[in-house]
Amino acid sequence: MSKTYYDPADLPKFADIKDFQPELAKKFFSYYGDVFKEGALTAREKSLIALAVSHAIQCPYCIDAYTSGSLEKGADEEQMMEAVHVAAAIRGGASLVHGVQMMNKTKEITM
Amino acid sequence: MALATKSLLFRSHQLSEPSMQLKVLSTNELENITLPSFTKKLEDINLFPLRPVGIDVLQVNMGKMCNQTCKHCHVDAGPDRKEIMNRETMGYCLEVLKSTNITTVDLTGGAPEMNPDFRWFVEELSKLKVNIIVRCNLTIILANPKYHDLPQFFKKHNVELISSLPYFSARRTDAQRGEGVFEKSIKALKMLNKEGYGVNDSGLILNLVYNPTGAFLPGSQTELEAEFKIKLKKEYDIEFNSLFAITNVPVSRFLEYLVSSENYESYMEKLVNAFNPSAVLGVMCRNTISVGWDGYLYDCDFNQMLALKVNSNHKHVSEFKMSALSKRDIELNQHCYGCTAGAGSSCGGEVV
Repeated sequence: MSKTYYDPADLPKFADIKDFQPELAKKFFSYYGDVFKEGALTAREKSLIALAVSHAIQCPYCIDAYTSGSLEKGADEEQMMEAVHVAAAIRGGASLVHGVQMMNKTKEITM
Repeated sequence: MALATKSLLFRSHQLSEPSMQLKVLSTNELENITLPSFTKKLEDINLFPLRPVGIDVLQVNMGKMCNQTCKHCHVDAGPDRKEIMNRETMGYCLEVLKSTNITTVDLTGGAPEMNPDFRWFVEELSKLKVNIIVRCNLTIILANPKYHDLPQFFKKHNVELISSLPYFSARRTDAQRGEGVFEKSIKALKMLNKEGYGVNDSGLILNLVYNPTGAFLPGSQTELEAEFKIKLKKEYDIEFNSLFAITNVPVSRFLEYLVSSENYESYMEKLVNAFNPSAVLGVMCRNTISVGWDGYLYDCDFNQMLALKVNSNHKHVSEFKMSALSKRDIELNQHCYGCTAGAGSSCGGEVV
């Protein structure tokens, strides 16, 4: 039995989720493929968004996949780190903006 | 990782031996995966043996001498390499061009311009009215005053230029090609633009080559070209015609990088997983023949570095025979996955 929750060797096995539920997996991967096709956003822009989201949700598989993906699509180190900062800013901002709620409540119950 | 400043040969590295490279490439049982043989892949799609559709391009390797020591160089070129083509062998190439309907000559190296007979050869080629391509590394133009007039020389002979610029920033370019290479490349590109190279309607072609600066595959050539055009114009006021996205093939110093950085297995897995049957039809070995600095013939520049000579009785340019060579079986090995991954890769970029 594996002694760690995350194993890099598991990433290429992602498609194996179909073994337990083929129909939903098929729908998911078809949708997934379409999402990352070039559209109104370029494939590189989508890869950088995915990289930022990967950091926000702290998924090690996604970070590996979209670091490689962003490099392959021509993104550079500066762009990738800026994407990570976007994730950090939103995460930090999401905490801080609740400070207003804290202030509201404070004002409500204090003289 | 520190940049290699000397060739594998100079360092007496075991991978300077083609046989040792082939030994690494032929090992399909890796730690976590088993790689399918490239030959078997072609058998599955009825393309084995792989044969040429003709010979339109004579690619001539003028020698291994170079002013740079790029980390990924499949030629193992560098300032410490002295092997260069002599005038006699160039003469045989000229005879081939006179006696066949080959339309394009593609001069590569090393830095082909460092061969003392380079200009003579280009002048002779020019008289034959063939398309002349020079794979110019850009920095050679600034390497020595005797090369400063290369842009004018290229223009005089209407030479098409193909130049490597792996990225539009110094960090990535210098990491692959050496400290200061990006800045010098930009200066050289400005000199070429000034002569009209890469500028609309001038008729002087300047194409750039993008190759990944690490163990990953190139993305869409169209998207990369658009990005390069915007960045180089905005930041440096530089223009060029097309961008060719070329996959790094696991040969020589790129193979050394993959093995020493422990990326070999995952890179080969990427190449195999990205195998594209339709890319096989457009690989360069199907319309090109490669001449080594010593005149021996190969299916491509990569086979040349692996010492895999053409499968023919006519193995030297002095005994070139179009009818026989056009029917040869192309020599294949696991490195061939590099040219069939994704959108495919050739000396002219994507192939599908």
